[in-house]
Amino acid sequence: MRDWLLYRTFWDLTITGLALGSIYSLVALGYTLVYGVLRLINFAHSEIFMVGTFGALMASQEFLGIPMLEDGGYPYRTGFMLLVFLVFILLCAMVFSGLGAVALERVAYKSLRGNGDLFGAVVLAFLTGFVVSMVFVDDTLANVIVAAILTAPITMGYMSLFRRGKQSPRLAFLISAIGASTAIAEAMAIWGPEKREQYQTPRILEKDVLFSFLGADVRVDNVIVIVGALLMMVALTLFVNKSRLGRGVRAVAQDAETARILGVNVDMIILVTFALGGVMAGGAAMLFTLVYEQSRFNIGFILGVKSFTAAVLGGIGNLKGALLGGLVLGLVENYASAVFGGQWKDVVAFVVLLVVLMFRPTGLLGESLGRARV
Amino acid sequence: MKKSRVLRASALLIGLSLVGVACGGDDTSSDTTAAAGGDVTCDGLKIAFFGALTGDAGNLGQNIKKGVDLAVAEFNEANPGCQVGIEAYDSQGDPAQAPALADKAVADASVVGIVGPAFSGESKAVNGKFDEAGLPIVTPSATNPDLANQGWKIFHRALAGDDKQGPGIVQKITADGKAKVGVIDDNSEYGKGLADIVQAGLGAAAVEMNSLDPEGSDYSAIVTAAKDAGVDGIFFGGYYAAAGKLAKQLKDGGVDAQLYFADGVLDVGFIEAAGPAAEGSIIMCPCAPKDSNADFLAAFKAKFNEDPATYAAEAYDAATAFLDAIAAGKQDRASILEFLKTYDKAGVTKQIKWDEKGEVAGNAIYAYTIESGAIVGKPGLIG
Repeated sequence: MRDWLLYRTFWDLTITGLALGSIYSLVALGYTLVYGVLRLINFAHSEIFMVGTFGALMASQEFLGIPMLEDGGYPYRTGFMLLVFLVFILLCAMVFSGLGAVALERVAYKSLRGNGDLFGAVVLAFLTGFVVSMVFVDDTLANVIVAAILTAPITMGYMSLFRRGKQSPRLAFLISAIGASTAIAEAMAIWGPEKREQYQTPRILEKDVLFSFLGADVRVDNVIVIVGALLMMVALTLFVNKSRLGRGVRAVAQDAETARILGVNVDMIILVTFALGGVMAGGAAMLFTLVYEQSRFNIGFILGVKSFTAAVLGGIGNLKGALLGGLVLGLVENYASAVFGGQWKDVVAFVVLLVVLMFRPTGLLGESLGRARV
Repeated sequence: MKKSRVLRASALLIGLSLVGVACGGDDTSSDTTAAAGGDVTCDGLKIAFFGALTGDAGNLGQNIKKGVDLAVAEFNEANPGCQVGIEAYDSQGDPAQAPALADKAVADASVVGIVGPAFSGESKAVNGKFDEAGLPIVTPSATNPDLANQGWKIFHRALAGDDKQGPGIVQKITADGKAKVGVIDDNSEYGKGLADIVQAGLGAAAVEMNSLDPEGSDYSAIVTAAKDAGVDGIFFGGYYAAAGKLAKQLKDGGVDAQLYFADGVLDVGFIEAAGPAAEGSIIMCPCAPKDSNADFLAAFKAKFNEDPATYAAEAYDAATAFLDAIAAGKQDRASILEFLKTYDKAGVTKQIKWDEKGEVAGNAIYAYTIESGAIVGKPGLIG
């Protein structure tokens, strides 16, 4: 025990741990939703989060034109304007991530399920043409032109493949997921304006201490993150439990074949599932940039691994499990940092995961999106 | 057995090349000043830069590369008969990526000298390869003290190591009257090594605060620990990107201790990442202030239209040592390595002269601070 640090700073660590944990939870929802419906670990979800942070960055810097710093300090917003700004940035991040997730599904997964569509074929054909062109020419513009020319014939080839309608083996989805993840991150690293460097997002609110709670200083941004994440999760749960589309999600999760026979548009539902996960990741991305004010092409990697861990910890496929897993993981990491030092926090977090899985192989709350409990 | 044959073969090669150099004629007896006459001839020789041009600490490598570029451009202009090329190996500062690049550099026979590797971690990973190949290196920036103690015959550095920088930092912190100093590192070869030296030097005044993950984004546990310990100073051993995040989160968390950093943080990237939280931080560095040599400053500004930043001048000195060797007719790896042993010349940063371990003679440590978003030298503090 390092000098009873944990004891003295328990509530401080709890608040910051909950804030980080809320972000884990939101991202974990994306893993859990897709797993629940498709039994697929969508490893590219971490890049959907990354896309969201850039959505937030674009919204605040390009659309709203908030400068990094003004003379005399940060250009803080207050009151109603602050709220408008926050909501706008949130929506932008959500749109970026949501569209990213939908595109990912259409391109990387749908074609593997044996019912690829024209959109997926065109994108895949363009990418194929681009790669082929890269072998011969080392100029991005030339590559784009060659790829555009090659797109039409390759698309026809892909479409004829798709028409055979063969379902690919499980492993193909996993490889597609990992490939898509690397491709999205590296594309950002190669063509992003700052390449592999770190981006700074502007600060829009003053990070004042709002109130003191048992000796711990609670900052505005921490409160926004925790409350914002909870609100988004409540909204998601209501959507899944009460809406027509949500009922479809649960039906497909329980038994996709039966749902199809009963008239549920399974492809539509899968798309909705990806979109929901993407929107949640976008929310997480906006909250993340609010607190940490940074992004990078690989920002999603560590966070993605942690969030996936959170999803497994809580019980993958289980919405409440994602929430619980994220919060537990955030807290455990912070407490472990205090007790053993920062370099041990990942070790402790994964030991906790192992121990939980030893006694509860399906996670804290069990594995179920459609089954009985939601 | 196979190895001994390789050894014998390379010994033979080195011997032959020495004979060749000895037979080369009177140019071997010329002094070490650069060939001002411009009658040097050579063909297809290259000096390599090895280090991060991209990645978390890429700015530092960019600075180094510019120093090399300037030295080589000046040389090529003065010696039309000897156009030296530059090869850049971008390791991203990653010890895992460096070995493959080092193999490439070793295999390219036209590469006769390396300015780098830039960082200590990658140096540990690859300097053995360069040593085996007899490829001389002069690092303008890797400061881990252990690097000089590995028995690498090819190792030289153009600035003082952390065994000098660490005590310099301790001296500064003590002179500032700090009684309780949190010591944090980034778990890298460089950062951890330096933090350990500083912590040992501070003795009872140091509060160990362990390591942070430079790739991570949340340092709230460290902020909490710093607040709890009530430190009046914090030293972080690591690079500028993580330092920026740390400084910002410390400030936001209400920790107003004086921040101390070392050479890895002396970059505008730190100010960009930390914003106003960077103000007043003290950054120590064995690297010379940009205006320590007026000629170099003017030439650098003329070429790049900006001021030289951290390590650019050291890199210029390192590249100049290789270019002087080439000018003196030493045009293969073995004879350049021999040449560096007796090299003794006033560089733009200090007198460049190496001892048998490859440590440079001068060991001045300079202090810098951040004022209104710019790095400002604080001459006279130490050095």
